[in-house]
Amino acid sequence: MKAFTLDHAADAQDALDALGAGATAIAGGTNLVDLMKLQIAAPDRLVSIRRTGLDQIAPDGEGLRIGALVTNADCAADGRVRRDWPLLAQAILAGASPQLRNRATTGGNLCQRTRCGYFYDTTQACNKRAPGTGCGALGGFNRIHAVLGTSDACIATYPGDMAVALLALDAEVLTQGPDGERTIPVGQFHRQPGDDPSRDNTLLPGELITGVRLPAPSGGMQIYRKVRDRASYAFALVSVAADLAMEDGRIARCALAFGSLGTVPWRDRAVEQALVGETPSPALFDKAADVLLRDARGFGENDFKIVLARRALAATLAEATLSNPAKG
Amino acid sequence: MRLPFSDMYNRPDERNLLDRTGQGLIGKPLDRPEGPLKVSGAATYSAEWNLPNCAEGVLVLASIPQGTVREIHADPVLAMPGVMAVIADKAMVRRSAQGTAGKAPAQDVTTVEYFGQPVAVVVAETFEQARDAALALRVDYDPAEKPVPLDPESPQAEVETPSDSKPIEGGDLDAAMREAAFAIDVSYDTPGHASAAMEPHVTIAEWQDDRLILRGSYQMLSHNVKEIADCLSIKPDKVRIIAPYVGGGFGSKLGITHEAVAAAVAAREIGRPVRVVMTRQQVFQTVMRRSETRQRVRLAADAGGRIVGLGHEALVSNLPQEDFAEPVTQATEFLYGGDNRLLKVEVARISRLTAGSVRAPGEAVGMQVLEAAMDELAEAIGMDPIELRKRNLPATVPVEGTPYSSRMLVEALEAGAKAFGWDRRQPTPCQTREGDWWIGHGVASAARVNMMVPAEARVTLNPDGSALVETDQTDIGTGSYAILGQIAGEMLGLPIERVKVELGDTRLPAGAGSGGSFGAISTGSAVMRACEAIRETLAKKLGCEAEELQLKDGVASGGGKQQPIAGLVQEKPLAETGSIKPGKTAKDFSQASYGAFFAEVAVHAFTGETRVRRMTGAFGFGRVLNAKTARSQCLGGMVWGIGSALTEELAFDLRDGHLVNHDLAEYHVPVHADVPAIEVILLEERDAAASPLQAKGVGELGICGAAGAIANAIHNACGVRVRSFPLTLDKLIDQLPDPFAPATAKVA
Repeated sequence: MKAFTLDHAADAQDALDALGAGATAIAGGTNLVDLMKLQIAAPDRLVSIRRTGLDQIAPDGEGLRIGALVTNADCAADGRVRRDWPLLAQAILAGASPQLRNRATTGGNLCQRTRCGYFYDTTQACNKRAPGTGCGALGGFNRIHAVLGTSDACIATYPGDMAVALLALDAEVLTQGPDGERTIPVGQFHRQPGDDPSRDNTLLPGELITGVRLPAPSGGMQIYRKVRDRASYAFALVSVAADLAMEDGRIARCALAFGSLGTVPWRDRAVEQALVGETPSPALFDKAADVLLRDARGFGENDFKIVLARRALAATLAEATLSNPAKG
Repeated sequence: MRLPFSDMYNRPDERNLLDRTGQGLIGKPLDRPEGPLKVSGAATYSAEWNLPNCAEGVLVLASIPQGTVREIHADPVLAMPGVMAVIADKAMVRRSAQGTAGKAPAQDVTTVEYFGQPVAVVVAETFEQARDAALALRVDYDPAEKPVPLDPESPQAEVETPSDSKPIEGGDLDAAMREAAFAIDVSYDTPGHASAAMEPHVTIAEWQDDRLILRGSYQMLSHNVKEIADCLSIKPDKVRIIAPYVGGGFGSKLGITHEAVAAAVAAREIGRPVRVVMTRQQVFQTVMRRSETRQRVRLAADAGGRIVGLGHEALVSNLPQEDFAEPVTQATEFLYGGDNRLLKVEVARISRLTAGSVRAPGEAVGMQVLEAAMDELAEAIGMDPIELRKRNLPATVPVEGTPYSSRMLVEALEAGAKAFGWDRRQPTPCQTREGDWWIGHGVASAARVNMMVPAEARVTLNPDGSALVETDQTDIGTGSYAILGQIAGEMLGLPIERVKVELGDTRLPAGAGSGGSFGAISTGSAVMRACEAIRETLAKKLGCEAEELQLKDGVASGGGKQQPIAGLVQEKPLAETGSIKPGKTAKDFSQASYGAFFAEVAVHAFTGETRVRRMTGAFGFGRVLNAKTARSQCLGGMVWGIGSALTEELAFDLRDGHLVNHDLAEYHVPVHADVPAIEVILLEERDAAASPLQAKGVGELGICGAAGAIANAIHNACGVRVRSFPLTLDKLIDQLPDPFAPATAKVA
């Protein structure tokens, strides 16, 4: 770890001043400190934003505003979240461990970096960590990597769960920066790698996440299904976030987002369009999967994700729409 | 003091002395005496010693698979804050020493044999400075001109028969396979494993003139002393190792490894104590791996389900010249019959970190495959898998003809089946579905060779009626402190509070060390022998025959006399050193611990996720010394079995040989949520051939076959037989039944 200084910002403006002066923001530090140990991040100045007061959950019209510093544990335990946006609580509780969730924050979680082994190993080529060096995962061990939204430069996934739920819930990221406040739909927050994988998201230099806004609750059936190698404390191989409503035996409305399938939390409106107005059936679910996976491309070890996504989607849709899907 | 038995354990001690003593400590589920220290943070683990003026060292690992170090650019790093030295000494080691090696010749670290091999150590005032400098150190390499392959399956890989592993052949297996009523010929593979001990490898080295003191995390101190002395070209009696608490080893701390040598060399060079702690990633990359295996199992059975032919051939790997080869067929040699046999292990020479002992070398992966193949045979015959196993237990070891010292396999299968409810298992797959989950049940035998190794221990009976047990035996979290105290208390008739146990210091008599499941029976036997000698003296002082002597609650009685033990000792403590060495019983008998595993799994009909829902294990390993620590050993082994079955796999990038998943985030050991209710049944027996305690090893038994039971349960659940461990969902989903198809199954 490089030597660094650590200051505490008293409020958002204080934090913004520090960011403007070149500091790196640290909240829970559950990812950043790891990156600093490996010198994948090597800031010489950190500003802690833990004392900025951005740790409140408050009503926002019919929706909810979750401060950037609200811990994952507090967010998932909030009565309003659990009642009206259970998808978000489920997704958060599917991630990490209680110790990490006590520490990790809403804003920080959005910014967590990939788990690609080539990104974390500084002996390896990685365009995300060291632009221009190449992508070690292409042609390497890429079991956990993306099959959608990849580029020749990078196939790493965004690994988290919370953002996948936020994406299905049409949430927005609230920021404050040198040029004022912005509201960024979650679907526009994360960046596909293209030819510049080094930038994970669309935050501007000096900009700070102040919170996340959830729109009015949908009242639909909400399911977060995380498929992983062990029962806890593992990143998703594929996850599905569904918010779905039925009417007269047909799918009236649905929002679907996918984690660890693409390079970013993945939502494809065409999949939802294929489902809305239709009577649920295994054949329909297959058709939706065809749409979802029409451009999917595996890189060897992760080929299975294409099959897995299809089956995970079917399981989720069956659970949400069929009264007793398990029975033949 | 003359005892009725020599040090060499040449004939079974059938006096079963521990059944005739009266203190009632043996077998009791006593707590580990050091437990409160550990959970309260008061036990000093190796990295936690605060030595004045201690500097910090961090290893620098090679970033190429093979070649030579052309230049180390030390100067820029030496200019960094706090940095004192960059050392690449000839005494440092490229490879970890194997267990019980007792030697570790200095190896020139300017030659790189595998990706991640330590090539230097950077020493600084603080750990952060040292790590920063280690990352900054530029090393230039010349790649090897004739590299050995990175992949054991490469056609270029040289394949050898290991020197200590002769094939076992009998009859005509090919003919037996051709003519058998039922024949199974299957290939399985298992991946490399990491020991993944909780505590990383660490050493603090301190020189006092020409004497070296190491505080570190090791399993076998008396061997480790010789190994470090060998590296440094000093006499073993100049080395003292202190390791009272070790946070797990699982084989990875059997032999001296890079950080210990680097710390000693650095401390000598800078004239200050040096601490070297490996990072988690370094432990994974450098210390020790279990070899991956490719195993072919052939089973030929007659119409009645009797095995007439058995083949078990394995390909494993290691670095060139390394003696160790994962002894995959070790339990196959004695477990099941079949006169037509071929058992063989070959080793491919490749460039990866040293392969060595990891959690029950041999049986852990050998049994899981053999037992999965046995399930395939049972299915082919249409026979209950328990019945198939019971029908194939030979009277003596095939080919050799050696008798078994004891074998509780049938008892374990029966007791386990009863407790588990095996009679409710559906014999054919895909019969039980609960919601989205297929439910299945599987069984496997457990077997692990029993070993005794030389051990010594000193027991002192004090005038105040307390006793002290001293040996350099380690306690790696397994219960050595508890068990050795119980044996001494039992033999000397003292309440456990009156017995103190001191371990983990090479100034004490050389115990067995922790490894190969032999620590408890070997060092425990030495403690028992020391106590026997003390009992002889007490009998004489009391004035009775040794056989008449009864010791209980601090009182000696016999020959109509009775006196407090303290009174017999008077002013001078009675100290005796007990010793045991393996003798003829090791050759005259086939000695092994046995058991049976039962697993219930749920396989997700859509995603193929497998979760173990419950497990039962029944085990017979001679006398139970402490029912709690023995149960914990079995339980822990079964947890490793879950890992071996479902998640654990070292993933190497075959382009440059680097280990991709070199931390606990991506190398998946089971977490709490993966571990269901596990029932452990301990079957008491007496095995006098194994040790004077009539006890056998239990440390590793719980893993030896456990993964096979889980694999068999998966097949029973969903009908898919995957022959490549771990059984991750990607290997299942293509073959699962249509989750929406009308089930032939009944819904539970």
